[in-house]
Amino acid sequence: MDLFYPIQIFANWLVYSLFNLQQGSVIGGAINFFIYDSIKIFILLAVIIFAVSYIRTYLAPEKVKKILSKKFEIFGNMTASTVGIFTPFCSCSAVPLFIGFIESGVPLGITFSYLIAAPLINEVAAVLLWGLFGWKIALLYIASGWIISVIAGFILGKMHLEKYVEDYVYKIKIKQDLKLEKKTQKERVKDAYDEVKSIIKKVFPYVLIGIAIGAFIHGYAPENLLTQIAGKGNWLAVPIAVLIGVPLYSNAAGVIPIVSSLIEKGLPLGTALAFMMAVVALSLPEIIILRKVLKTKLLIIYVAIVTAGIIFTGYLFNWIL
Amino acid sequence: MKIKVLGPGCPNCKVLEANTKKALEELKIKADMEKVTDIAKIMEYGIMSTPALVIDEKVVSYGRVLSPNEIKKFLR
Repeated sequence: MDLFYPIQIFANWLVYSLFNLQQGSVIGGAINFFIYDSIKIFILLAVIIFAVSYIRTYLAPEKVKKILSKKFEIFGNMTASTVGIFTPFCSCSAVPLFIGFIESGVPLGITFSYLIAAPLINEVAAVLLWGLFGWKIALLYIASGWIISVIAGFILGKMHLEKYVEDYVYKIKIKQDLKLEKKTQKERVKDAYDEVKSIIKKVFPYVLIGIAIGAFIHGYAPENLLTQIAGKGNWLAVPIAVLIGVPLYSNAAGVIPIVSSLIEKGLPLGTALAFMMAVVALSLPEIIILRKVLKTKLLIIYVAIVTAGIIFTGYLFNWIL
Repeated sequence: MKIKVLGPGCPNCKVLEANTKKALEELKIKADMEKVTDIAKIMEYGIMSTPALVIDEKVVSYGRVLSPNEIKKFLR
């Protein structure tokens, strides 16, 4: 049985009995869609963010760098990307993370795997994909994000780009060994609960607006709207979608519900996935802030490899699905 | 007592600074308070998540915005 069936019953009751809208009407369908999706997504958000935040209390970066400094080559990249799945990412934390890793001897390529995975695999995005497309697509998104960050970090590591890290980074020496905080179960649960509150507060307007626009498209936009201009036949659609996605970082939560409706109207899934990955993985503020630790050449290589990985994923899914 | 608030200037760092001031006032403790925003200096303390609170050169908390009451525990 569909886990979310009770929500559908509730949405039907609200729209068709309480609001007295006619079943099968466009407006009734759109409002029903909006209510059902909103409730489902907020329940999923609360549950998943709680679980991820709880796991995260065991993965403080100060602890992670000790683990990663002992790993080498591809296994290090895999570990870094896996930890990156559970790590939140804001552009203001990128620089301390980068310096801390390099200082404690984590190889550059492994540091990059972590830095790519952390924003690319975003739990809010994963939840929205699960809620709107089903768990298979959400899993596909997480798996392809993981593979991109492992491979991109591995390639960057093999290119021996250490000389393109700003020189002062290597001069920083930690004066005191930090005593890692030991947290009680109660503190971990409280941390996870606080995180749920703060993330939901931050994303809920975007999610609601996104779902509302999505519901509108669902109800009113003509079928096959995008099949002609952005269908599989158009090879340029994937790179263009990625280029549009980069500046949209802060609105990742609002973009996904809109994209989900566009898929119904003929946008191929691979193109949509590439677009959403560009939205979460590459953001202008993050690129600007990373310039503090990376010389321009390395920054360009980093952005180019991640972009190439996302575009490749887009083509791949358009081809296999 | 020497207190340092470490943070590159994110909103959370400012809240921690304000809370620390409040805790000091409520306990009527006089202390040197300094805000460290230089990333190279912040990193010397071995932390990777900001903001952090340093009392007499010892990191007492990092990656969290402490409430005034939580800060008081470290000041006593």
